[in-house]
Amino acid sequence: MSLQSTMAEVLDRDHVFSFMAPQSAANLNVEKNVLLYLEGISVSFDGFKAINDLNLYINDGELRCIIGPNGAGKTTMMDIITGKTRPDSGAAWFGQTINLLDMDEPAIAQAGIGRKFQKPTVFEYLTVFENLELAMAGDRAVLRILGARISGEQRDRLDEVIDLIGLKELPQMRAGSLSHGQKQWLEIGMLLMQQPRLLLVDEPVAGMTHQEMDRTAELLTSLAGKHSVVVVEHDMDFVRSLAGKDRTVTVLHQGSVLAEGRMEQVQNNRKVVEVYLGE
Amino acid sequence: MFLWRIMKDDRGGQILLALLALSIVLVPILNSLPPDSALYLPTYTVTLIGKYLTLALLAVAVDLVWGYLGILTLGHGAFFALGGYAMGMYLMRQIGDRGVYGNPELPDFMVFLNWQELPWFWQGFDQFWFAAIMVMLAPGVLAFVFGALAFRSRVSGVYLSIITQALTFALMLAFYRNEMGFGGNNGLTDFKDLLGFSLQSDSTRIGLFIASALALAFAYLLCRYLMQSRLGRVCVAVRDAESRARFMGYRVENVKLWIFTISAMIAGVAGALYVPQVGIINPNEFSPLNSIEVVVWVAVGGRATLYGAVVGALVINYAKSYFTAELPDIWLFALGGLFVLVTLLLPRGITGLLRPKEAV
Ligand SMILES: Nc1ncnc2c1ncn2[C@@H]1O[C@H](COP(=O)(O)OP(=O)(O)O)[C@@H](O)[C@H]1O
Ligand SMILES: [Mg+2]
Repeated sequence: MSLQSTMAEVLDRDHVFSFMAPQSAANLNVEKNVLLYLEGISVSFDGFKAINDLNLYINDGELRCIIGPNGAGKTTMMDIITGKTRPDSGAAWFGQTINLLDMDEPAIAQAGIGRKFQKPTVFEYLTVFENLELAMAGDRAVLRILGARISGEQRDRLDEVIDLIGLKELPQMRAGSLSHGQKQWLEIGMLLMQQPRLLLVDEPVAGMTHQEMDRTAELLTSLAGKHSVVVVEHDMDFVRSLAGKDRTVTVLHQGSVLAEGRMEQVQNNRKVVEVYLGE
Repeated sequence: MFLWRIMKDDRGGQILLALLALSIVLVPILNSLPPDSALYLPTYTVTLIGKYLTLALLAVAVDLVWGYLGILTLGHGAFFALGGYAMGMYLMRQIGDRGVYGNPELPDFMVFLNWQELPWFWQGFDQFWFAAIMVMLAPGVLAFVFGALAFRSRVSGVYLSIITQALTFALMLAFYRNEMGFGGNNGLTDFKDLLGFSLQSDSTRIGLFIASALALAFAYLLCRYLMQSRLGRVCVAVRDAESRARFMGYRVENVKLWIFTISAMIAGVAGALYVPQVGIINPNEFSPLNSIEVVVWVAVGGRATLYGAVVGALVINYAKSYFTAELPDIWLFALGGLFVLVTLLLPRGITGLLRPKEAV
């Protein structure tokens, strides 16, 4: 948003400011059983095509693994879905009715897309409990959060999630003092509190021990069904355990889809072996 | 109880409020002692402390946006000065025909400029209630428009600091101009009375002191209420990881706009209480240096604690009074040196020495 357009809005008599307008996006519609559509998306940074005619469809309730070498555009793809980066061309729809390219980050988050970053980002100065509290689904209008109280039901949910992410002993610990793995878990917990319909998880097991990895895989698979989950990961063992025998795996290369199918098929795909697995 | 809920985790704030309450009781008593008594508090000192309290109020306003929300404002002096001018305009109208030119309607400087009638924006300032509203409204509206432009365009960091400086600088230049109708570089002065009470009398000065102490206490509670709520935690979240808060669904620009506007209104009240105690308001109050100084007070006192801002403002302004009287040449060096020392050695400010170490 440029200063100029904002200025024009401020000077426009009939303008309804976004913070005054009711913030209900169109209702999510997944009649066709597809939750996310990315069609013909391209974006370039200074002439370098980070995403090149990308097409991707995620079904409602699906757990999808996305693999691809460094620089393949995985994080950029998430940036586009969540409104951080505007694509140069293409379409991105959430269900049949919600056009993601018309929305900014908070609107997209409120529509039901949650994101876990590659580098764990938690609010370091706040406690574990407070981090989860802020993530909790609910009205985000300024006056509402000013008067917000945690209800009994919400407290149960918070306790449940704190338990689930293994931080039961540390709810009052500042997030900044957690270990790398614990921060990863806290961020996953924050996603759970947010209760998004679609979870985008960028390299969740970086810095985790094998045991923690197994637990993460277990957690993510348990989420599928109620939520759709898109996991971007480098670690092949982890992807193998997530994808199992019959989930779809997408291979991204140079900003577009190189191959898509079951883990087994993908692993034996010649092109894939060349660019990634055979490295 | 409400007050207990918002203050129970704030030791420093409890002490501050207790001291303010104590001063409201003690200052009038000590002032009424016979002048040769050892405990006698001269009216001059009462007014000096009252002035410091208004500066502390300004520091609290800055801590709200800088300490909690991470907006390094270098222009809060502008909101302070606007509040001061609104009060000054009321005080000017109170002079009535007691000015040098004896014009019942026009302030002296307008007669001097050969103006025939009161400009439209001076209308209403003969009423205290109107002036009192404008004290908060003028800075509030300016902050709202400025914030709407800046925050929605996602201007932040150093760039935002620079445009806040530009804002106060531009206002200073504007207020220097006689045509603006605010008394040019002389500003507004020669005030006579406030609500019918003579500004020279001891009781009015005590009253202004008490009003300043009450305003500080009330604003402190307001800020505390805001910051111990979930909104306060969202502010800290925005300060430390703004984009994360956005991806969580928070409209960061709205949070900033609300807090920034409230803070500007508090600064306006501070300015309005400052002006009758110092007896003058002129465009120098818009000086960019003033706004920078406030940030130094907050840094020295300790950010994001509210009471730290009060301590910083009081300590530095006391030091300033001392230095500018005794060693005027080295004051700026002392201030700069103090800022560097505190930033390097005491990142949590002087009140940070008393607080338990937080695990961060
Ligand atoms: N904001 C940006 N500006 C310039 N280049 C970028 C930007 N974001 C990503 N890129 C480039 O786009 C490519 C894809 O990056 P990324 O999406 O982070 O890959 P991945 O997550 O698959 O490792 C990389 O070559 C990266 O350098
Ligand atoms: Mg990446």
